[in-house]
Amino acid sequence: MEEIVQSFFNAEIARAAMPIVLAGLLNTVLLSLLVVPLGVIGGLILALLAQVKSPAVRWPLMGWVDFFRAFPPLVLLILLFAGLPFAGLELGGFACVAIAFFLNTGAYYGEILRAGIESIPRGQVEAARSTGLSGMQTMTWVVLPQAVRNVLPDLLSNTLEVVKLTSLGSVVAVPELLFQARQAQSVTYNPTPIVMAAVIYFLILWPVVRLLSRLENRALAGRG
Amino acid sequence: MTSTVAEPIVVARGIHKHFGHLHVLKGVDLEVVERELVFVIGPSGSGKSTLLRCLNRLEEPNSGSITVAGIDMLSPRTDINHARQHIGMVFQSFNLYPHMTALGNVTLALRKVVGKSRAEADKLAHAALERVGLADRAGHRPAELSGGQQQRVAIARAIALEPRVMLFDEPTSALDPELVGSVLAVMRSLRESGMTMIVVSHEMGFARAAADRVVFMDNGLIVEQGPPAQIFEQPAHERTRAFIGQIRQH
Repeated sequence: MEEIVQSFFNAEIARAAMPIVLAGLLNTVLLSLLVVPLGVIGGLILALLAQVKSPAVRWPLMGWVDFFRAFPPLVLLILLFAGLPFAGLELGGFACVAIAFFLNTGAYYGEILRAGIESIPRGQVEAARSTGLSGMQTMTWVVLPQAVRNVLPDLLSNTLEVVKLTSLGSVVAVPELLFQARQAQSVTYNPTPIVMAAVIYFLILWPVVRLLSRLENRALAGRG
Repeated sequence: MTSTVAEPIVVARGIHKHFGHLHVLKGVDLEVVERELVFVIGPSGSGKSTLLRCLNRLEEPNSGSITVAGIDMLSPRTDINHARQHIGMVFQSFNLYPHMTALGNVTLALRKVVGKSRAEADKLAHAALERVGLADRAGHRPAELSGGQQQRVAIARAIALEPRVMLFDEPTSALDPELVGSVLAVMRSLRESGMTMIVVSHEMGFARAAADRVVFMDNGLIVEQGPPAQIFEQPAHERTRAFIGQIRQH
């Protein structure tokens, strides 16, 4: 028992590692604030393109989305980080994470938003267009607000995944929460910092999980 | 109509519309003069709704020509969004924006299409809601309104743009019988204010009381047309007679 506390819940080590781990938390937050909007914007572009019925847009788009949904994000990240320098393009870890997430999570956000847009009855668009709104205005003011509301639980759920996936940044030396915790672990020869990271992830994500449950219950109740 | 030379405000000529293999409109001609109320009746699948939807180009006709208020609706040079401001449309299923209040539904196009300020748009929208008898419901969402009230908000949304023509696509078909009257009352008052209206509907009582002309369509063509008394009492065609007899039984 004593040994377990010493290894995993070592107060002394926790105190010493705290600044390092907190610096990691800050980077995780910054990284999330970068990759979530990037993914949403990428997804929005894909979802809007999916509304174009022309096969010249439709097929390449489908290929793109399928490809990046099937491509493991860790492999994509390492490929960018380790492969691009051979193409004469040396991007930092941070930029590689941003690009990989734009491609990977954008495809996921795109599918969610597309489903949301397609859940809106045709009559909504017709009513808006009949009053003279352009296609883009109709999308902005009539379709998207309703579409986002319809798929809010899915969007939130995906966002939760994206925040957790930022820990992949540790592989390419982005000093986010997991990376910093591992640094602290390797200098202290003690896994307590990893436990700290786990607790921090839980503390910041648990409220989102709660919110998600409530939204899902409300959606179920609304359907009944 | 009276002897004043009433210029037609809607002129549709030789309208053909195909949906895949279906030939839904087979060369329809329709002229409507200003302040006229034209009723379009006919069995389902006769093409009457499609004809209406061609007039504001919600459906793209395969051939023919359409002019509304002097605007060539089918010309690629026509700014269709601008042209549609002159043509109000009311749908069977209301199609109110559920995420907006009644007022928001009415102000959206006023602000985004016409370019009114929020204050101006609110004022015009309140006036439009007043005309349909729903000034006190401005802050309600569609879900908080009855079907009849929703349809009246939809009418307010269209008339707030001061259209030259109003198209009604089965405006009372989705309503409980006791709510139909309130919508017809609004349509009657619109008619009295001189609005040009084209109505696809089977409200025979209303047609008889308010319509200038009834158009009977069947199988993608106009079979006959004339004043309501003539079409309802002495239809010239057997198909018209059969159809009138059928809807009378209901």
